[in-house]
Amino acid sequence: MKYLDEYRDGDIAAKLVERIKRMQTRPWVIMEVCGGQTHSIVKNGIDHLLPKGVELVHGPGCPVCVTPLEMIDKAHAIARRPDVIFCSFGDMLRVPGSDGDLFSIKSSVGDVRVVYSPLDCIKIARANPDKQVVFFAIGFETTAPANAMLAWQARQMGLTNVSLLVSHVLVPPAIEAILSSPQNRVQGYLGPGHVCAVVGYAEYEPLAARFHVPIVVTGFEPLDILEGVLMVIDQLESGRADVENQYSRVLDRGGNRPAQDLIGKVFEVSDRKWRGVGMIPRSGFQLRDEFRAFDAEHRFSVQAIDTMEPAVCISGQILQGIKKPHDCPAFGTECNPQHPLGATMVSAEGACAAYYAYGRHLKDADLVTLGDNR
Amino acid sequence: MSAGKVEDREEAAAPLGPFGECPLPIFEHPQIVLGHGSGGKLSAELIEKVFVSRFRNATLEKMDDQAVLEIGGARLAFTTDSFVVTPIFFPGGDIGTLAVNGTVNDLAMGGAKPLYLAAAFILEEGLAATDLARVVDSMAAAAQNAGVQFVTGDTKVVNRGKGDKVFITTTGIGLVDRGTQLSADRVRPGDKILLSGTIGDHGITILSQREGLEFESALESDCTPLNGLVSAMLDEAQSANAITDLRVMRDPTRGGVATVLNEIAVRSRVGMVLRENMIPVRDTVRGACEMLGLDPLYVANEGKLVAIVAPAIADRVLDVMRRHPLGADSVIIGEAIEQPAGMVLMKTSVGGTRVVDVLFGEQLPRIC
Repeated sequence: MKYLDEYRDGDIAAKLVERIKRMQTRPWVIMEVCGGQTHSIVKNGIDHLLPKGVELVHGPGCPVCVTPLEMIDKAHAIARRPDVIFCSFGDMLRVPGSDGDLFSIKSSVGDVRVVYSPLDCIKIARANPDKQVVFFAIGFETTAPANAMLAWQARQMGLTNVSLLVSHVLVPPAIEAILSSPQNRVQGYLGPGHVCAVVGYAEYEPLAARFHVPIVVTGFEPLDILEGVLMVIDQLESGRADVENQYSRVLDRGGNRPAQDLIGKVFEVSDRKWRGVGMIPRSGFQLRDEFRAFDAEHRFSVQAIDTMEPAVCISGQILQGIKKPHDCPAFGTECNPQHPLGATMVSAEGACAAYYAYGRHLKDADLVTLGDNR
Repeated sequence: MSAGKVEDREEAAAPLGPFGECPLPIFEHPQIVLGHGSGGKLSAELIEKVFVSRFRNATLEKMDDQAVLEIGGARLAFTTDSFVVTPIFFPGGDIGTLAVNGTVNDLAMGGAKPLYLAAAFILEEGLAATDLARVVDSMAAAAQNAGVQFVTGDTKVVNRGKGDKVFITTTGIGLVDRGTQLSADRVRPGDKILLSGTIGDHGITILSQREGLEFESALESDCTPLNGLVSAMLDEAQSANAITDLRVMRDPTRGGVATVLNEIAVRSRVGMVLRENMIPVRDTVRGACEMLGLDPLYVANEGKLVAIVAPAIADRVLDVMRRHPLGADSVIIGEAIEQPAGMVLMKTSVGGTRVVDVLFGEQLPRIC
């Protein structure tokens, strides 16, 4: 298939791995920021292609995993209301709140619907004028333009039965928090390709300079990731710490200006809580005052819900790259996708779920041997 | 919700085990959720805990898609299946064609010649009579195409809102007239895994028709009766004097190829290795799956079969499948191995290895 097969070629992959091996002289720890990259790495077995000294750790870029418990509880409180049609991206439905998940609410009291685009909510709102349609607007910069467009169109059309429960987060403050941590092990970053397609990568330059870390904005196909790793190692081995763009077929330094304009009209930067990490200043978006009428937290008076985040949870350390899924004694035993103990096991993009789904609950050595025998 | 509610939760969370600090969800759902119908782990758990534990007997415990019964000297295959689909009409078929072909295929996978069907209809008040007639016309045509007859049936009507237009249950009976021994527990290391064509066509067609996901595609459901293809395969194996070299056949419907292979791997206590670049997937299906974050290995098919056969006759069976119009794209996608027993592995196209596990519930589209 065009634009996919070119980036999944086994022969080119082997050549890239060879170049990485030749270039690398000492161990390096590299974080892929985005959950989509984590997914691709484990789905394609890329971590097993890399030489031993190159360790990939999985970053905080899974929107489902970082949405704080109190937002989930707010969502559930709204979704339980008889006058509400609650719309969400699919993988939020399994995320546990304090009491059950959206699947449970859908099966008992609530009208919960999976949408593929936030703008589907406009259609649903028009078809159900006697219902309040609420969209769970979560995600990083990637989903912000489409979510902003929902608020924008709802206001343009004068729809009074549409609102957004906003829990938007931003990548650079999370990277800053990780790099500032005394436990930090990360020496280089695969930057988030989709996020940078929207906002560009200029704002990563001060981070690279201040912490002296290379950041290579990277795509999601196997060859993208291998090339991104190669570019990071090239910088690490030569002592450079620049922002580079591996994903130039999709994005440039400035990003998508019309999308940024729209985000700027609808959202403003605010403090946000992150699940498993806690409050990070100026790390997310909230609706601007002009759009306050579309804020579901106000409309349904759920601001007071203030669930305490668990004080110690390994999913927080996994999100920051301090630990890996199989460092956890519960991984693959008490904790599995059927009985997730933490957010990173819930979403398909969560590092634990990705590890589990693609078999990293086996010992690495078992898999490599099996693979090589065949 | 008040602050009091929050305190309750914290108190309740306190006595949990070593991971008590994490939000422990209630995944023992007190009510049925959609995932129980997904064909994944939730379905398996429901079937085992609720049904098998109460109905337990040797035939049921084989857990094949049909029961093969010896009655009065004849071997009969017997199966039933319920059909609920939205929308009821879709490119390549409708709920009527599904209801016929699904049951015909479950019989065929047991090595049977499908003969007679029964149909039960649950109709929702308000269903257009013309829509019902259209569905039943499709059933009649599909039955004729598959060479089976409807010989009994039943109809019930429920209040508006208590059903979804029409639900159909079909039950089928067929004659196993050869010495086949097809069962999920018969696979041995070295056996080859054959697939009769592209995967995911049906599931993605249905998805593309649903409200809220409108993407244009010329894709059609692969819904079709497979008894002709199976018959050709059985003939070939019989002429090679190797009918029992056909170990097992399955039509990978709900849960897709991955779920079916995992079931077989567990039942036969073998491992499996698939080769990703051998598995045929149409570009439209791949494109839709990439866009939505779905894996075609778990997407439903309604006109494909997976056959696991001894290596000695694999090429002959493959050849006869390819000569049949419904198996032109047949390929060997992998083989059974000794270890790790009960697991399916896949060599990815970039050269890595991963485990192809059973999904826990429904496959959910990813956010980005």
